[in-house]
Amino acid sequence: MIFGLPVISVAIWLPILFGMLVLATGDDKNAPMARLLALVGSVLGFVVTLPLYAGFNTSTSAMQFVELHDWINRFNIHYYLGVDGISMLFILLNSFFTVIVVIAGWRVIEKRVSQYMAAFLVMSGIVNGVFAALDAVLFYVFWEAMLIPMFIIIGVWGGPNRIYATMKFFLYTLLGSLLMLVALIYLYNITGGSFSILDFHRVSIPMTAQMLIFIAFFFAFAVKVPMFPVHTWLPDAHVEAPTGGSVVLAAIMLKVGAYGFLRFSMPITPDASHKMAGIMIALSLIAIVYIGLVALMQSDMKKLVAYSSISHMGFVTLGLFIFNAYGMEGALMQMLSHGFVAGALFLCIGVLYDRMHSRRIADYGGVVNKMPVFAAFFMLFAMANSGLPGTSAFVGEFMVLMGAIKVNFWYAFGAATTLIFGAAYTLWLYKRVIFGKIANPHVEELTDVNAREILILAMLTIFVLGMGLYPLPVGEILHASVNDLLVHVAQSKLPL
Amino acid sequence: MNIQNYYLIVPFAPLLGAIIAGLFGRLLGRTTTHRIVIALVGLSLFSAIRIFQDVMAGHMFNGPVYTWLTTGDTSFQVGFLIDRLTATMMLVVTSVSLMVHIYTIGYMKEDEGYQRFFSYISLFTFSMLMLVMSNNFMQLFFGWEAVGLVSYLLIGFWYTRPTAIYANLKAFLVNRVGDFGFLLGIGLILKVFGTLDYAAVFANVANHANDIAPIPGMSVNLLTAICILLFIGAMGKSAQFPLHVWLPDSMEGPTPISALIHAATMVTAGIFMVARMSPVFELSDAALSFVMVIGAITALFMGFLGIIQNDIKRVIAYSTLSQLGYMTVALGASAYPVAIFHLMTHAFFKALLFLAAGSVIIGMHHDQDIRNMGGLRKYMPVTWITSLIGSLALIGTPFFSGFYSKDSIIEAVGHSHLAGSGFAYFSVVAGVFVTAFYSFRMYFLVFHGKERFGHQKTEDRGQNTEAHHDAHDGDHDNEEVSHDHHHGLAPGQKPHESPWVVTLPLILLAIPSVMIGYVAIEPMLFGGYFKDAIYIAQNHEVMQELQEEFHGSFAMALHAFSSLPLWLAIAGVASAAVFYLKRPDIPAAIQKRFHGIYTLLDNKYYFDRFNDWFYAGGARMLSSFLGNVGDKFLIDGLVVNGSANLVGRFSGVVRRFQSGYIYHYAFTMIVGVFVLLSIRNWF
Repeated sequence: MIFGLPVISVAIWLPILFGMLVLATGDDKNAPMARLLALVGSVLGFVVTLPLYAGFNTSTSAMQFVELHDWINRFNIHYYLGVDGISMLFILLNSFFTVIVVIAGWRVIEKRVSQYMAAFLVMSGIVNGVFAALDAVLFYVFWEAMLIPMFIIIGVWGGPNRIYATMKFFLYTLLGSLLMLVALIYLYNITGGSFSILDFHRVSIPMTAQMLIFIAFFFAFAVKVPMFPVHTWLPDAHVEAPTGGSVVLAAIMLKVGAYGFLRFSMPITPDASHKMAGIMIALSLIAIVYIGLVALMQSDMKKLVAYSSISHMGFVTLGLFIFNAYGMEGALMQMLSHGFVAGALFLCIGVLYDRMHSRRIADYGGVVNKMPVFAAFFMLFAMANSGLPGTSAFVGEFMVLMGAIKVNFWYAFGAATTLIFGAAYTLWLYKRVIFGKIANPHVEELTDVNAREILILAMLTIFVLGMGLYPLPVGEILHASVNDLLVHVAQSKLPL
Repeated sequence: MNIQNYYLIVPFAPLLGAIIAGLFGRLLGRTTTHRIVIALVGLSLFSAIRIFQDVMAGHMFNGPVYTWLTTGDTSFQVGFLIDRLTATMMLVVTSVSLMVHIYTIGYMKEDEGYQRFFSYISLFTFSMLMLVMSNNFMQLFFGWEAVGLVSYLLIGFWYTRPTAIYANLKAFLVNRVGDFGFLLGIGLILKVFGTLDYAAVFANVANHANDIAPIPGMSVNLLTAICILLFIGAMGKSAQFPLHVWLPDSMEGPTPISALIHAATMVTAGIFMVARMSPVFELSDAALSFVMVIGAITALFMGFLGIIQNDIKRVIAYSTLSQLGYMTVALGASAYPVAIFHLMTHAFFKALLFLAAGSVIIGMHHDQDIRNMGGLRKYMPVTWITSLIGSLALIGTPFFSGFYSKDSIIEAVGHSHLAGSGFAYFSVVAGVFVTAFYSFRMYFLVFHGKERFGHQKTEDRGQNTEAHHDAHDGDHDNEEVSHDHHHGLAPGQKPHESPWVVTLPLILLAIPSVMIGYVAIEPMLFGGYFKDAIYIAQNHEVMQELQEEFHGSFAMALHAFSSLPLWLAIAGVASAAVFYLKRPDIPAAIQKRFHGIYTLLDNKYYFDRFNDWFYAGGARMLSSFLGNVGDKFLIDGLVVNGSANLVGRFSGVVRRFQSGYIYHYAFTMIVGVFVLLSIRNWF
């Protein structure tokens, strides 16, 4: 409780409230005020989530910090919130990244500052809602609401082709979500009129229905992850999005898809999950290998990192559908780590873009001569993206590989190619952009990162290295919930 | 002080140095930075000596430092295993590292990245120590990749040179190919043994000697599969054929790191790893044969390439490849102590040779082409004598360190009965001649003969660019080789001896290069030195046979005069003397006569070309194809935008009805009513 208010509700509504306040500062005459308010709101928004970590009980898999109130009694819909080891860390991650994007957009965004900042704050609250909702309708509302701020962020502050990108992003994800709504209503009926997700976990469902539910969920979540072959919205969205949008998209939005698999698909339809595991693993391996290869020849930095994201998310879905503790905890570690690493890479590209207004790799070369401090940060994140041990990225990849080899040597064989491809596309990018002689007069004019940018990159560095060198505390938060989920998934839900 | 504190000091003192130099180097200035960093590495060496004494007194340590992560029922720990193998490696790493740190003061004096360089080499020292001190596979992999990272950073240290940033990317990626196998090997171990702790795995390994590897579709022995996968990692790191291609290019880095990383320590990580895993490798003859054959190929065929190189550092680089091959052969013959022994002697004399080459390079004002040198012994006496000592050690002159280790390898291979040992024996014996020939070719061209520097600028230009083309074919963006690092001596200018910070490490390394073999062979190979650190199976009795033949260091050296290898070495030196001192026209004639072979060697057996064309080019082509056809055309073009177009077209048709004219709507309504009524009447 914070000042007598329940923690999760505060974590959801405080950023939204601040978003409204920021919006109220009006046009760009009051931009400094808007920025300041946004900073205060985002920092407070992060601070209020800390009790979730401090007060978290790692020995239970039960939902914690639960809030349950009536909402729409006619349909037995509740305002029902709670977190377990799977969702808690993502609320922290999300709130942390809100601070990052507010600082990242501090000087860069000059038009409609209040609206920009407000969009991110509102988004932050909504995403916290997605991770904390335990009522399916509440979840669905947050899930769909999440699209709106992102739609606006890309559509208003995006690049030249932003309209195509936003439409693609919106339609892709909306299409998937509608099928999920159908599945949720079906589940409401067979549970005898409950929208509680925890009730969904307990109900037994015949095989055909399980398969249909799984497929409905699959479309909603696979698009968000994104999994091959429904991934093509992501590179476009990233390329057009402003830096902050890309960061949130990579660090947070992609995680809700995998979270959906964990919270809905696997525990509600375990039999279908097992039956579909082969296809899911195949799609994951395609994502890792095929997308890793596609990333190699991209000529746009953001597109390259976007493809790299898809490839890394392949590790997440692979980890989930091999059904063992290594894989599942590895997948969760990978989700957290990918947030930091991909977020950091998009910020690095943002730093370059703000100076050169180009994302084309060919426009760069020899940046290190002018920006040595930046080059050092970029090197660290590039190495993390290549999965170097000692960085957070290694933890998840290592565990998923170890989990995969337990199931089938060849799964690990396919996934381990990322050691080569991941290093190839990341370090080749680094070589062309950072190393070498100064390539052109524009590079000659570059100035190194300023204090604000150093602050952001240093904060991420701490997490990337900290989680890489000492992942144990994170692992301990996951254990109870992951073990419980594994037990759940191992039991058949077919009616006797 | 408790000995366990020293365990922590050894790796973490250099790490602290790296952090200080990296973050505050600019603030502290050059002198303060190098003082702090060198003091910390010195502290590390001091602690390593204390630990060595403690270990020799019979103490051992195997325990965790902290728990990295727990999952399911497995706990991954960061921990140390301190036994005699580790203590020996720690001593080699810290002592060579200290020499290189001191040498750097002189070599990098004028470089802008002075503090950065110190930061990197200290970070390397930390990583290498974490690798050798590890007590589990996870941390081993951490150290393994971390040394790879620092190697990458250091090869690309002069990041404006296209050749350097090509070489470092190549080195990292080739190593990653090795790591791919290595990680899968570790995965199989975890799957079968349920732990990554060395001790637990080794204790249990005999129970799985006859298992079939859990690899669907293949029926291989489990331990053979594990060993070969792990060895693929070693092939990357220790530059064994066919993953050797990165090491010659790594010479783009500054010379001190060529000595430290690409000769003395990092490249021996693979050798160390296999020796550490001896309890596993000993149970698979197939894997040992594989190891031996790969080593033999590397030892002989990489030696040939050394003969035609003209860049002083590349000659030594190919020599390193060949010597690493010798160590690998020793591993394959189950003579692990001999491999580690050669690793140690090689670390000293090869570091010496590289640092001496660096001294020559300073004297020549960064001209590295040995055809432009000659007669340097007059101008650089210390460098000359120490180089001679290093070369004599390398070719296996009796009483020198390299003799004892190399001769033991040859003997050990001779006693091996594994498949492939015949070929390996031929390779290592023939290799002796090759080694002597290329070593003294270089030595004579550099220190003896006519002075060729300073006055041949006009013809030199053509030669130089040609040399660079030889060296870096395949990479097209390096046409403009940066000349700022290759300016060479001006006409009339004479080379000069290097400052004391450069020559002191040479002298300090020359001492063990001469002596350590004579002193250490008996205790190290035949005194049960490694105790339980190395396990040798009963049926691989090579070490016992060596011991039976051994009658003291002195007798061994005398005996050499009646054995083939020494005479091959003498023949090698003699032919080098004839070819490059007396009759320089002969090599040219041979080159002309055997043009095909020369071209083959000059192109390094076409490995680089093939890799560039097949792997790098193939990956790029596949990538473009998948990106354009898979993502752009099929998914986005046909499915995504295709469905959007379909909807668009359909609505385009339907839209025509929404014309706004009332009679259109009325007409539609009448048709509709008519259709509905007729359907109703139909049924």
